[in-house]
Amino acid sequence: MNATVPPQDLVERALSVATLPCVLWVTEHAEANLRWANNALITNGEMRSRRLTVTATAEVADGTAAGTVTQEIAGVEEVNAVVSAAEHLAKTARPAEDAAPMVEDYAHNDAWEAPPETTSIDVLGELAKGLGVALDGAHAAQQLLFGFAEHAVGTTYLGSTTGLRRRGVQRTGRLELNGKTADLESSAWLGRSTPDFSDIDVAEAVDELTTRLGWAAKKLNLPPGRYETLLPPSAIADLMIYAYWTGNARDAEEGRNVFAAGDGTTKIGRRLAELPINLTSDPQYPGLETIPFVDFASSLDGTSWAFDGGLPINATTWIENGVLRELIRNRAHATRTGSQPTPPADNLIMDGGGTASLQQMISTTERGLLLTCLWYIREVDPERLLLTGLTRDGVYLVEDGEVVGAVNNFRFNDSPVELLGRISEIGAAELTLCREWNDFFNRTIMPPVRVPDFNMSTVSQAS
Amino acid sequence: MPELDQSFLALPLQALSDAALSNAKELGCSYAEVRVERLRQAYRSFRDHALETTADGQVLGLSVRVVHNGVWGFAADITLSPDSAARLADRAVATAKVSRPLTPASVELADEDLYADATWVSAYEVDPFDVDEAEKTGRVLGLNEVLLAAPGVTHATATLGYVHENKYFANLAGTSTTQQRVRIQAQLTAVSVGDHGFATMRTTAPPTGRGWEHLTGSGWDFDAEVAEIPELLAAHVAAPSVEAGFYDLVIHPSNLFLTIHESIGHATELDRALGYEAAYAGTSFATFDQLGSLQYGSEVMNVTGDRLVDHGLATIGYDDEGVAQQRFDVIAGGTLVGYQLNRQMAAEKGFGRSNGCAYADSPGHIAMQRMPNVSLQPAPDGPSTNELISGVDKGIYIVGDKSWSIDMQRYNFQFTGQQFYKIDKGRLAGQLKDVAYQATTTDFWRSMEAVGGPDTYYLGGAFNCGKGQPGQIAPVSHGSPTALFRKVNVLNTQAEGGQQ
Repeated sequence: MNATVPPQDLVERALSVATLPCVLWVTEHAEANLRWANNALITNGEMRSRRLTVTATAEVADGTAAGTVTQEIAGVEEVNAVVSAAEHLAKTARPAEDAAPMVEDYAHNDAWEAPPETTSIDVLGELAKGLGVALDGAHAAQQLLFGFAEHAVGTTYLGSTTGLRRRGVQRTGRLELNGKTADLESSAWLGRSTPDFSDIDVAEAVDELTTRLGWAAKKLNLPPGRYETLLPPSAIADLMIYAYWTGNARDAEEGRNVFAAGDGTTKIGRRLAELPINLTSDPQYPGLETIPFVDFASSLDGTSWAFDGGLPINATTWIENGVLRELIRNRAHATRTGSQPTPPADNLIMDGGGTASLQQMISTTERGLLLTCLWYIREVDPERLLLTGLTRDGVYLVEDGEVVGAVNNFRFNDSPVELLGRISEIGAAELTLCREWNDFFNRTIMPPVRVPDFNMSTVSQAS
Repeated sequence: MPELDQSFLALPLQALSDAALSNAKELGCSYAEVRVERLRQAYRSFRDHALETTADGQVLGLSVRVVHNGVWGFAADITLSPDSAARLADRAVATAKVSRPLTPASVELADEDLYADATWVSAYEVDPFDVDEAEKTGRVLGLNEVLLAAPGVTHATATLGYVHENKYFANLAGTSTTQQRVRIQAQLTAVSVGDHGFATMRTTAPPTGRGWEHLTGSGWDFDAEVAEIPELLAAHVAAPSVEAGFYDLVIHPSNLFLTIHESIGHATELDRALGYEAAYAGTSFATFDQLGSLQYGSEVMNVTGDRLVDHGLATIGYDDEGVAQQRFDVIAGGTLVGYQLNRQMAAEKGFGRSNGCAYADSPGHIAMQRMPNVSLQPAPDGPSTNELISGVDKGIYIVGDKSWSIDMQRYNFQFTGQQFYKIDKGRLAGQLKDVAYQATTTDFWRSMEAVGGPDTYYLGGAFNCGKGQPGQIAPVSHGSPTALFRKVNVLNTQAEGGQQ
């Protein structure tokens, strides 16, 4: 087996043996990680993979069917079997409702001939040295550090029997740092999204954690209730990502998600927020670059993209000045409804024109809660998109513009869509790592927001 | 009885193992293991009358994990050649060296017997990958059509997933195991859209360690369950909204398995109790100092962990550290008596031997402590579900799982379900809706007054339980009888959120 065959050659080999219309892509992936807990390493790793995905389409009785096969491949000799398996699936499958002609070739500026980009454990070398110092410092200060650092680089080469060739690179770096007091009664967290870890300053991050642990020196207990609450960018990111994953146009038209408006209509055109909030995704957004074409068979909202491989992903404004403007739909559904396809990009940007930092928003708060992040978010009622979850790693009481202490954690029950209509202040948007979903989604720019009545349903004893 | 797949056995398993382990030994590693794994996965989704997604996948690769100068190192790749395997040992040692500043204490592992050339195959009859595609999609679409033909059903959706897993493991000590298992999950959901908004009702069929026979009558009767769904959905749509308050709950195992998973299964993972998951999945209120003393629940609460029950999703002959399958007590008579272990934690905490809970979800991921089948035991001569209901004056009978959430120390949880029946003076009195139950783990399990008998037992489970960083998924089963809980807080979900 030979892992050195260029991925472009694998694409061409696969296309050369295809007997049916197909779109396929090879993704070269490399990642390295470090994980630590209780001031010591617990796991690490360096992993490499090469994955071929083939979607073949076939004319079958009563329509067109598709079959998708994804497989790790070590060499060119394995390509034929993957293509053959995808074609077999397509020929034996039932016709699809979302059938559409293959995406035709179109102009773009991709560097098709360029080799795949990569990473290794060495990217985390400086971080490890900095962490080693930080762990010693935490030990001396009777604090505990926990966390995870990961760098992953994926390069995708896509080709189709219509002549389309595209190449895209996605760099993903994340650092999560969690500090706790030795008695585990106080906890603080911060997350950083980074393309290459060159911008990570471990000492600065530890200083921020120390400040937050200092806020928790005074403990207060508060009952459940509806509180004026400052949601920092990480918390609002997790809620907006869930709303993004629910934005399926067909479901809305069929009356089965929160964006349904009845009688086959959706809430597109309706005002969701009083403030001029914009929610967009854009694969070319500086600092949040992601793959600019469809290289997935389905998206997390449930839309099937089996017939849309290679389709360009454009910048899309989902909410404009508080008004819902778009929902996610594939080409077949766009054709049926006389609209445009709207494939979702792997990033999300929320902005309301605010300029205040979180610290400035704290300073103008008479009495309210300041959250760190949200956790274990799950859907309770899809009709309203009522979500439940927990506050985590620091809930602070703000009085007269200052943090006066840490309070207990809460379970919340609230809807991000209803929340949009209740946001009373929006701060300056910034590069953000969400907490709950950062395994799957970690390219966001989000603002801190103020909500006058965030619903804390019960108290959680977790610290 | 199925046999090990010849195409997996045809891989150069021994040569890969020899190359990696010999190089690791030369590099001075005190421990080294090789894992070659092939994971075949299939997913089909159906929307009303149509097949929406047809996707198959295969992951095949190898990994090397070492202890070098007392530090873990791990590396993985997809090239199955001896040269590549030897290079992986180099890379694993390289990660160990980079990690040295973060490792104040040397890694020690608990002893385990050697199992040379051991093999194991799970209890299934028909590999779903061997079944004709038209038969598989036809079966599920046929069930969807039954739903769509019923009055009150506006839409129907279904999913079908199945996995064929092969693992080869070898370590420097001389253990080598080759294993194979199959699992499957099918779910169907009926949707009602109307003036009431929209509502759903889903099957309660669990994922299981069986093959295609799961869809054709072995272990579950899909035809019978699907036939009941439209009527259950109509009753759900017409049901009154629950009045929030404290209720006695009779919980069917199709709901309780998930509460067991979240509030017992995860809470008794020793890596969580020791803080290894503190920054991500979380820790546990069931801290190590409470082993043997924590009153977790009432005296009728007996919970076991195992990796050997037939059709269990976590069942396997040997774990991903070469430890043989076992059954062990987690909670006995309501008291915490055991944790889930891997070899490092077993050594660290003086258990002598791991109870076999190491698992990696793919060749590219490191083995970590994952949940075995964690099950609540029935009372040998316990009551039937009807007898449990008859003992409730004002309560709710809950069937099927839906929404779940629990905090990072496994204290505060909130669950919903598929079906909620009002219990009035010992009898069922129609469905309720908008129900969620919310409790603190120990309060909840201490309020468990009775568990049903073996006839009420059901093996539920989760196909894709998440944990760890990088994130890994694991299949796990949970057996449970029906059980009775007193005075549990019930929310009305319509009253939650921002609508005041």
